[in-house]
Amino acid sequence: MARALINAPAKAKRGEIIEIKTLISHNMETGFRPDNTGKPVPRDIITDFICKYNGQEIFRAELFPAIAANPFLTFFTVATESGTLSFEWTGDNGFSATESVNITVE
Amino acid sequence: MRPLAAVVFATAALGATAIAAEISLAERKSGYEFMGRETRAMQDDDTVNPAMLWVLDGEALWSRKEGSVAKSCADCHGDARASMKGVAARYPAFNAARGRPIDLEQQINICRTERQQSTPLAFESKELLALAAYVGRQSRGMPIEIADDERTKPFLQAGRELFTQRQGQLNLSCAQCHDDNWGQKLAGAAIPQGHPTGYPLYRLEWQALGSLQRRLRNCLFGMRAVSYPFGAPEYTDLELYLMWRARGMPVETPAVRP
Repeated sequence: MARALINAPAKAKRGEIIEIKTLISHNMETGFRPDNTGKPVPRDIITDFICKYNGQEIFRAELFPAIAANPFLTFFTVATESGTLSFEWTGDNGFSATESVNITVE
Repeated sequence: MRPLAAVVFATAALGATAIAAEISLAERKSGYEFMGRETRAMQDDDTVNPAMLWVLDGEALWSRKEGSVAKSCADCHGDARASMKGVAARYPAFNAARGRPIDLEQQINICRTERQQSTPLAFESKELLALAAYVGRQSRGMPIEIADDERTKPFLQAGRELFTQRQGQLNLSCAQCHDDNWGQKLAGAAIPQGHPTGYPLYRLEWQALGSLQRRLRNCLFGMRAVSYPFGAPEYTDLELYLMWRARGMPVETPAVRP
C-alpha cells in the first residue's frame, strides 16, 4: 500500500480559505530510463488525482512522466461545511490509493 | 613558466608534511545551511518532507513480527519514541562481539539475524532505510554524541586517514572539498562541510531516501575512485570519523538535501 500524508486543517471558520497539502509515495517511473541491461523500464506513474469535499469534486490533477517521485500536490479551497475531504490517486498498473480527513467548519 | 614551476615545487614540498586543517567547532555548519529556501521548507514541515513516508513505513515495521521466533522490534525495545531516543546520535558504536564499530543499519541487521532469527535486510532496501529513518527520527534535535571510547580510537583514526587520503583518477581527498573548500561552488552546487547530521535522508537527486554509505559511494564515484561494496568496514570507519567530526551538532533525521 502506498503511504500518503495529508495536511489539512481539522477546524476552519465558514468561508475561510484553507490550504490542503498531499504527499504520496510512488516511484513515478518515467518509462524513458533504461535498466542495467539497456532495456527501457516500463512506465509506472500516477496519472490522476481527485479531491472531493463531501462527495463533490473540488480539485483534479493529471500527472505526467516529468513529475518527480513521491508527488506533492497542494491547493486551496473554501471551507463551506463540516464533513469529509477525500483524496484518490490512480495510475498505471491498476494503482489506486485513497485517503480521507474530516473537517469541522464553524 | 619559472614562477609557476617554483610554486608547484613549493606546494609539492609542503604537501608532504601539510595536513588539511579541520574545521573549528564554532565554524561548523550543517548542509541545511547551504540549501535554498524551498528545500529548507521541505525539511522543516513533516507533512511536506517526503522522507516521512519512509518513517511511517518504519513505524509499521517496528511492530511487525519477524523471523522464526515471531518477534518484533517492539517486543524487545517497546515504544521506539522512548527507547530509541538518542540512539542514532551515538552510532557508529563499538560492538564487542565483532571487535569493531558498526553503524545503525548494521545494528538493525544484527538484531534481525540474532534476536529475530530472520534474514538480514539488503543495504539500501526500502525496509532497512525505513527502520533506520524511524529510529533516527527519535533522535531529531539531539546532539550527536560519539562516545570517547579507547576501543574505537584506531577505527576513528583509520576513518580520518581515509578522509584525508587522495584517491581516484582526480586524485582528490574528501578533505580537499569538505575541509578546505566548503562554501565554494562545485559546478553549480554549494560544497557543504560534509556533516552526516540527517541520514538516512531524502535527496532530491535520488528522488528517494538513501543512507550515508550511498552518499559516500556517490562522492567516491565523483572522484573517479573505486567505491567499496556496501557494508565494507572502510565506510563504517569513515562514518565514525564523520560523526565524530560533527559531534555536538543536532540530528536532523530524516533530512532533505538537493
